[in-house]
Amino acid sequence: MEYEPVIGLEIHVELSTRSKMFCGCRVKFGGVPNTRTCPVCLAHPGALPVMNRQAITNLARIALSLDCEIPERSIFHRKNYFYPDLPKGYQISQYDQPFAVDGSLEIALEDETARIGIERVHMEEDTAKNIHAGDSGRIAGSLYSMIDFNRSGTPLVEIVTRPHIHSPRMARAFLNRLKNTLLYLDVSDCNMEEGSLRCDANVSLRPVGTDELGVKTELKNMNSFKHLEKGLAQEIERQRELLEDGERVVQQTVHYDVASGEISPLRSKEEAHDYRYFPEPDLVPLVASQQFVEEVRRGMPELPEAREQRYVSEFGLPLYDAQVLTASREVADYFEEALGLFDDAKLVSNWVMGELLAFLNTAGQELSACRVSPAGLAELLHRVRDGDISANTGKEVFAEMCESGASAAEIIAARGLTQISDESELEAVIGQVIEDNPDQVEQYRGGKVKVIGFFVGQVMKQTGGRANPKVVNELLRRRLSE
Amino acid sequence: MNLLRLTATEALRRLADRELSSAELTGAYLEQMERCEGDISAYLHTDAEASRKAAAAVDASPGGGTLAGLPTAIKDVLCTRGIPTTCGSRMLEGFIPVYTATCVSRMEDAGIVSLGKTNMDEFAMGSSTENSAYGTTRNPWDTQRVPGGSSGGSAAAVAAGEALWALGTDTGGSIRQPASFCGVVGLKPTYGAVSRYGLVAFASSFDQVGPVTRSVRDAALMLRHLVGKDPLDSTSVEHPEAIADPVDRDLSGLRLGVVSELAGEGIEAGVNEVFREALARLQAAGAELGEASLPHVEYCIPAYYILAPAEASANLARFDGVRYGHRASGAGDVTEMYELTRSEGFGDEVKRRIMLGTYALSSGYYDAYYGQAQKVRSLVVGDFRAAFADYDLLLSPTTPTTAFRIGEKVDDPLSMYMSDVCTTPANLAGLPAISIPAGLSQGLPVGLQLFGPAFSENLLLQAAHSAESVLGFQAASPLVEELD
Repeated sequence: MEYEPVIGLEIHVELSTRSKMFCGCRVKFGGVPNTRTCPVCLAHPGALPVMNRQAITNLARIALSLDCEIPERSIFHRKNYFYPDLPKGYQISQYDQPFAVDGSLEIALEDETARIGIERVHMEEDTAKNIHAGDSGRIAGSLYSMIDFNRSGTPLVEIVTRPHIHSPRMARAFLNRLKNTLLYLDVSDCNMEEGSLRCDANVSLRPVGTDELGVKTELKNMNSFKHLEKGLAQEIERQRELLEDGERVVQQTVHYDVASGEISPLRSKEEAHDYRYFPEPDLVPLVASQQFVEEVRRGMPELPEAREQRYVSEFGLPLYDAQVLTASREVADYFEEALGLFDDAKLVSNWVMGELLAFLNTAGQELSACRVSPAGLAELLHRVRDGDISANTGKEVFAEMCESGASAAEIIAARGLTQISDESELEAVIGQVIEDNPDQVEQYRGGKVKVIGFFVGQVMKQTGGRANPKVVNELLRRRLSE
Repeated sequence: MNLLRLTATEALRRLADRELSSAELTGAYLEQMERCEGDISAYLHTDAEASRKAAAAVDASPGGGTLAGLPTAIKDVLCTRGIPTTCGSRMLEGFIPVYTATCVSRMEDAGIVSLGKTNMDEFAMGSSTENSAYGTTRNPWDTQRVPGGSSGGSAAAVAAGEALWALGTDTGGSIRQPASFCGVVGLKPTYGAVSRYGLVAFASSFDQVGPVTRSVRDAALMLRHLVGKDPLDSTSVEHPEAIADPVDRDLSGLRLGVVSELAGEGIEAGVNEVFREALARLQAAGAELGEASLPHVEYCIPAYYILAPAEASANLARFDGVRYGHRASGAGDVTEMYELTRSEGFGDEVKRRIMLGTYALSSGYYDAYYGQAQKVRSLVVGDFRAAFADYDLLLSPTTPTTAFRIGEKVDDPLSMYMSDVCTTPANLAGLPAISIPAGLSQGLPVGLQLFGPAFSENLLLQAAHSAESVLGFQAASPLVEELD
């Protein structure tokens, strides 16, 4: 029997607001433990939560970017459970009346397009961080545990998709697209290593052509999209084997071991959690008035799709370039900043795509860590266009700029890379080359004009590649025709 | 002159006119505390030296604030920076808050002199102060009897002349019931009128801070300093009216509805007698009396004892031994640490309510309990709305009995819960209600309760002030009277 995977995703996004969700403490990753805390986020007796307006604005941006409906009224609930990283003994979250519902995001792959439904987008707060003493960093076997409340109460948005995803590749593409959108919205740094973007996936199989959902398993806390894609593929394979052997899939949380590529069940909790949700009496209902939503809509930044179209219509770039450049907000911002200082869009695009992205890719570096600024690139392009250096030399200079962080001017000067365009200087070199190679001169004069390439090569060799090829060609032609 | 009979309003006038110093006034209270605390046990924490110093500081710089120099007791459920706050629980033994509750800092900003923190039922759960982990407070009218609760320490302190007035909190009657038992005035404001920031939560959608005083005018005076939107409490609002000082006038033109469901069956004969006599006097003073009905009021106690414990079960989850308060030793893992800590730290009534609330919220029971109780709440709100279409204010006895004997109900939670039967409706509906002394039954005070529509505190206080003078209750507890 043919099986079809059915995948749904649950994404948690920490918002990069200035202050926490329900108190005035700063939101920031790391730092000295327990220095960004107050009675509210430490759950001291008598302390009360107060909503963060900016967080709600960011939440509304996310909801609008995912084409969600925003009901006029949503409410907060208490989700009750005991754990040391949860100081109040409950998490303030949203339950049956979430902030936004019924959205979608369209994903286009080369051979597959899908509209992924968004079930809900809601607001909650992050927990503190438990740190377990011991080498493994895990609670099992640790002597004691410590708690850092700096993260406690950080605004957290939960996005839940419908089970509309049917391949691990599509899951990854969706997450990439979502992350890019969130970065465009400037609501989160989406740093997966620091946990500001976290993803769980539910997956089940069903016979192709049927509608009923099979028994699902959950892959939790995957730390990269690549691992999620691989883990899903592995889990789908495992489920397929079970079903083909006539066995049943057990509903459980599974762990994907990145190193071994194996799936193993996580020890399931002895009993199912009963979170005893009930409306949070310390907060009033969250009213998203039409006026508020419109204000947020008006303040929305340009999203990837719109930017892509603008690159084609305004800058005259090919669609492919526009797609590559806008796939990341950072890259697009970099491109536009360089373009502001060097007015040839196609040339800037070529360098960003060809040189910059290639370098980052090989070096495994983030753009934010790149040592070449947009202004640095623009300066280099000016030197190339002005004929100071050749395009090829320019590429070498760029590579060195990336490595050393020095400016184009510094590298060109230090390595004496300026092109030789001075005719009298080149005449001497050319005279010598002609004198040294009588055979080739004979061939040229005999009609084999292609030999000129040999002479150019020789001149370049003599000048360490600094001769202006255009001038050399002209001079050679003139001398050889004499 | 017996300084312990002064109202706050009168004391303030004398302080302003330099007839009296805060040092003298505070000294008189500290002396009485020394004399009576052994019998009454109204306080959990006092610092006479600090109180004297604060009083002297007020005397040294006149014009220090609108309540400058008034000796005040503070219920131990309100956080006070640097001063122990235990909520009457072992769980918070030795706990010292890092911040002060908004209501307390507003009073402090106005210049009060703190006399200390008053005893209460653990986490405000109880009607007698017998649930305090630090011993029972005794009723100044009869030390064999309870002062009521949970603000029993505050009411007893005011009645015993151990405080000029006091801050209390009221979740299901915790200001009004002890005020009634101790022969003093107690006001629960409209929900949202006073900030809850720094009030250690019992049931967040019911809790309100309010005054326990010797006169209605004092209640108005204190309330004026408590009300107002607090940016730290999302459920607080700006009061639509400035709280006025009640004026002397009769009750003519005022339509008062006697709540029939709260004024007949179940009310002790002696209480009923005082209540009926009070009604006759109010009528004689011009009030138009009629019979009002709150048809769903009989469901208030069951609804209250589902909703309040449900909220409490979450509110008290933070007492887990991790960050502050009691932590059991000897636990092998975190789950055991929770179990031991909470088993040792909480008293029986608190545990009972946490279990009740947890059960009521459990999957499969939520709709039958929490859901149903919320519906009752809506119905009660509707009942009051309908009644206020016909009447300006509603009336009932504050409690079905006078102060009962210590130990009498402690093993019978249901009968204990029934002592809140007349007070919980105001908390369910979020309405203001006041208890004023109406007379004595066999030597024990009986309270008269007036309910008003939301944010009708001015009307309520004016009517209560007029009623107070009509009823003419002059008696003070023996501990004060013997000093006359």
